[in-house]
Amino acid sequence: MAPEAVLETVGLGVRYGETRVIEDISLTIPKRRVVAFIGPSGCGKSTLLRCFNRMNDLVPTARVTGQVLFRGRDLYAPGVEPADVRRAIGMVFQKPNPFPKSIFENIAFGLRINGFQDDIGDRVEASLRAAALWDEVNHRLDADALGLSAGQQQRLCIARALAVEPEVLLMDEPASALDPIATGRMEDLIGELRGDYTIVIVTHNMQQAARISDDTAFLYMGELVEYKETQRLFTNPEDERTEAYITGRRG
Amino acid sequence: MRKSEPGSASRHTRVGERLIGALLFASGALSIVATVGIVVVLLTESLGFFAEVSPVEFLAGTRWSPDLVPRSFGILPLVNGTFLVAAGAALIALPVGLATAIYLSEFASIRTKRTVKPALEILAGIPTVVYGYFAVILVTPVLRTLFPGVGVFNAASAAIVVGIMILPMVSSLSEDALSAVPGSLREAAYGVGATRFEVATRIVVPAGLPGIAASFILAISRAIAETIVVTLAAGATPGMTLDLLQSVQTMTAYIVQVSLGDAPSGSIEYRTLFAVGLLLFLITLALNLLSQRMTTRFRESFR
Ligand SMILES: Nc1ncnc2c1ncn2[C@@H]1O[C@H](COP(=O)(O)OP(=O)(O)OP(=O)(O)O)[C@@H](O)[C@H]1O
Ligand SMILES: [Mg+2]
Repeated sequence: MAPEAVLETVGLGVRYGETRVIEDISLTIPKRRVVAFIGPSGCGKSTLLRCFNRMNDLVPTARVTGQVLFRGRDLYAPGVEPADVRRAIGMVFQKPNPFPKSIFENIAFGLRINGFQDDIGDRVEASLRAAALWDEVNHRLDADALGLSAGQQQRLCIARALAVEPEVLLMDEPASALDPIATGRMEDLIGELRGDYTIVIVTHNMQQAARISDDTAFLYMGELVEYKETQRLFTNPEDERTEAYITGRRG
Repeated sequence: MRKSEPGSASRHTRVGERLIGALLFASGALSIVATVGIVVVLLTESLGFFAEVSPVEFLAGTRWSPDLVPRSFGILPLVNGTFLVAAGAALIALPVGLATAIYLSEFASIRTKRTVKPALEILAGIPTVVYGYFAVILVTPVLRTLFPGVGVFNAASAAIVVGIMILPMVSSLSEDALSAVPGSLREAAYGVGATRFEVATRIVVPAGLPGIAASFILAISRAIAETIVVTLAAGATPGMTLDLLQSVQTMTAYIVQVSLGDAPSGSIEYRTLFAVGLLLFLITLALNLLSQRMTTRFRESFR
């Protein structure tokens, strides 16, 4: 059984200026699975994640080599519009970053710039429901989004990403700024989205990776060390660096 | 006694620190005392003026003729001249300044920004008398060839040059406001597929609006307080006109005119100086306070 690949990197490398940050990474992200990236701080998890929606383009010193294929097409080929890539491959960031606008406008913004015109209200509602936020905010859609709690803000950011109907959702430590209860809800939400979307999530929390992901990739100093089903990676790591990391040994 | 040396050394520092503290306090106090002194003089001399002219006549009258009989002390023509020039200047400086700020903050390369930003700040430091000459020897002659019948003194020339003068201030301060918008908001917008233009116009500018508005108000306040350019270029004809091609007199230009003249101290004409000055002071103070409040609110919203 070889599930269809949604994303695939071929010999992917990234440098910032002269510093190589990730090197020669080749991996595939299978359709409708939750893939976790784990690894020590600074190993390049965010950098790798940001190659999937060309977010690295925003860093003037960043240079990407190799290929990132999305449904077989190279995202870095000439003529590909980064804006189109980012609509199809949504992103949720480490710190909740709602726009300083109303809850409704936070979601409607993405819809409008992507040419949705009719039933904006319905779509806002649908994405708030999908992000498990509707019941908490339906009576105050015009309220300032910055007045929500951090956990609610982060779910709003997920709703905002879902609204434009992406195929893939990239999440860079989406729960790291949240308290344990909000984190739990975030994990529940990812559980609900699982099966409908392809999700790539960076996390520092290994229990979290074990709970929510189907597959896990362990990165170490810019290198992809081990990548397999989450269950197997955690119970039966092959590489000793992986084992050292997941058992919490240093060095 | 063995410990006396380090002890006295630290006491020595403390004395030095106290001295520096006192000096700093004195210089702070000096500027406050000077400001209070100016306000007191403005108020007392104005009181003398308002003993002879009713505030209603002063604030609502439409004829300004303090030296020629029949005398009349309606300040509206001067206010009109001031706001006509300021509005014309704003018409030029606000849109161009904002566009420059958006370009620098959202589109220019880091290198361009690093060159242009300091250049703008240097431009903002050119003495205004230079701008005054620029108005008289370049802008006015050009206007007079383009529009026959325009006088040697006209509001348009002053407005254009004051606009150019406050332009660096608008673009520099607005650029600060745009740069202060957190990068995470830009990422959020790019993340849902916004183009650079959409990010700039629909996210960054609205988020920076209070700061932009503050820079606008500050620039208008500066245009209202501008003296030399308007004295040299706009002339000394107080009037209720909205025609930019005519000569007008601003509050500041009037103050210059009386200061240079020979109105005897204590005469009513001399006292108009302080009444006009007081009004000018109150207008610019109000604008500056408004601008300051907007900046604080802006900072708070991104805490
Ligand atoms: N914009 C940048 N310019 C220069 N170097 C960068 C930049 N962003 C990241 N780096 C460097 O690249 C390396 C990888 O960073 P990255 O953020 O991808 O790591 P990470 O695995 O996500 O770390 P963390 O777990 O702390 O988030 C780090 O050494 C970091 O200092
Ligand atoms: Mg990271």
